[in-house]
Order: sequence, then structure tokens, then C-alpha cells
Amino acid sequence: MSFYGAIWSLLPGPRPVKAILALALIAGVIAVLFTWVFPMIEPMMPFNDITVEPEG
Amino acid sequence: MRIVRGIVGLIGELLITLGVVTLAYVVWQLWWTDVVSEADAREAVVALQAGFQDEAAEAQGHTDGMERGDAFAIVRIPRFGAGYARPLYEGTDRETLRRGIGHYPESAKPGQMGNFAMAGHRTTYGKPFSLIHELRRGDRIIIETREGYYVYEKTDDLIVYPHQVEVVLPVPSRPGVAPTQAMVTLTSCHPQFSSRQRWVTHGVFVGFYSLADTLPPDFLKVRS
Repeated sequence: MSFYGAIWSLLPGPRPVKAILALALIAGVIAVLFTWVFPMIEPMMPFNDITVEPEG
Repeated sequence: MRIVRGIVGLIGELLITLGVVTLAYVVWQLWWTDVVSEADAREAVVALQAGFQDEAAEAQGHTDGMERGDAFAIVRIPRFGAGYARPLYEGTDRETLRRGIGHYPESAKPGQMGNFAMAGHRTTYGKPFSLIHELRRGDRIIIETREGYYVYEKTDDLIVYPHQVEVVLPVPSRPGVAPTQAMVTLTSCHPQFSSRQRWVTHGVFVGFYSLADTLPPDFLKVRS
């Protein structure tokens, strides 16, 4: 039982092709994280507020 | 026994994934937001400069009737570097501040009597105010608009808590008092990489040059 092992065996083709596909998958995941996920999480992080605002 | 090992393996993969994603977040926050924001800011400054020189754009009106997110000025602070030029947008909401420096909408306009207040990131998103703590008394803060250059000089700085909005009042800390001078206020986070407090820098308006005026030779250099 291994999540990444399962993905690896699902990738088609010989080893070099699998490796390239795996890299493409990783790049895709990073792109999704950078474009949508991280900007959504950021407001909850305690280090990026720079304005003075009334309490509440 | 096999099942237990399998589950432990899956948990291990999950933990490794979480670790890698956290690392990716740090890379995104500390590096990628700068890359994107700085490129965007450079383009905005070029577009603003082109707009300032464009007579047709002048006819369409200027700083009045600005909407949230509109770029309307270039901020130049010689202490931050001779080539330092960042776009100033109307509004201090999160989206606007991701692109550059933001003008508190209720505060004064450049050169106007009262308190011309702006906020900028000290870390991440191109960090326009990363060196705010290095500004010295007398250092110039120059606001370049369609009309010309509004020049302010730093007077003092202080550290406050995030709800201390009195620092951006027309006369700081004195609600309801009518202003008798034009001043500038910069706010950013403090300590660096934290939102616990705010760094506040005040300055006073010292002069205006129209775009046609001859600027002093050391205008964009650090004096002292």
C-alpha cells in the first residue's frame, strides 16, 4: 500500500517516460498551489497585515 | 501485520507530503509573491509615467474620482535606492496591497492639508517598505503624480498596535482637530514577518515641483 507507488504504476510507458510524466504532475500540482491554494490560505496567516484598522 | 505496516506507510507519505507542501508555501510566500509583484509594479510605473506625459490623459481628469485599485502616483524614496519607484494605488484592501503601495482612501491627497497616508508591505509582495526602519529624519518621500512632485521629509517613527487608527487621522492622535499642515504617514508591519504591531513613519510636506520645473540635481539622491 503506497499512494505514490500506486501513481507510479499507473503512469504508462517505460521508466524515462514515467519519470517525465511524474515531473509534469509535480509541476501541475505546484502551479495549482501557487495560483489558487496559497493565495486563499494567506489571509489566515499572521504575518501579512500592514494597515491600521478599527477593531472588530 | 501487513495491514498495519501499510497504514503506517500511508501516514508516512501523508506527513512527507504535508512537509513538502509547507515548504512550497514558504517558497511561494517569500519568493514567488515578490517575483510576481515586482514585475507587475515595474509595468505599472512605466504605464504611469507614460500617462503623466500624455496630454490627452490629462484632459480626462486626474486624482479626483479615483476608484479603489486605480494607480495614480509613483512613490520615490531615495533612501531605498536611487532607482526606487513604486506604484501607488487607491485603497488599502488586501488585493490592492498585493500590487504595490496603497493610499488610505479617507486620508488626504498628495500635498493636501491633513494626513496623506499609505500602507505598504515590509516583507513579501515586492516589499515596497522593506527598508522603512532605515529612513532617517529629513529623508525625502516623493510622490510623483500627473501634476508634479510632492515632496515630504520624514520627521519621526513609532510602533503601534494594529487598531491604533489615530496615526492616520488628519492630525495624528487628535481626533476632530482641524489640520494646519500637510503631512505623510507610512504604515507597514512590525516586527518584520509578523502582524503583531505596525511600524508608522510620519513626515511633513516641504515642497512641490511641477513636471515642467527643473529639479535639484540631487533630487533623487540621499542627502546627508
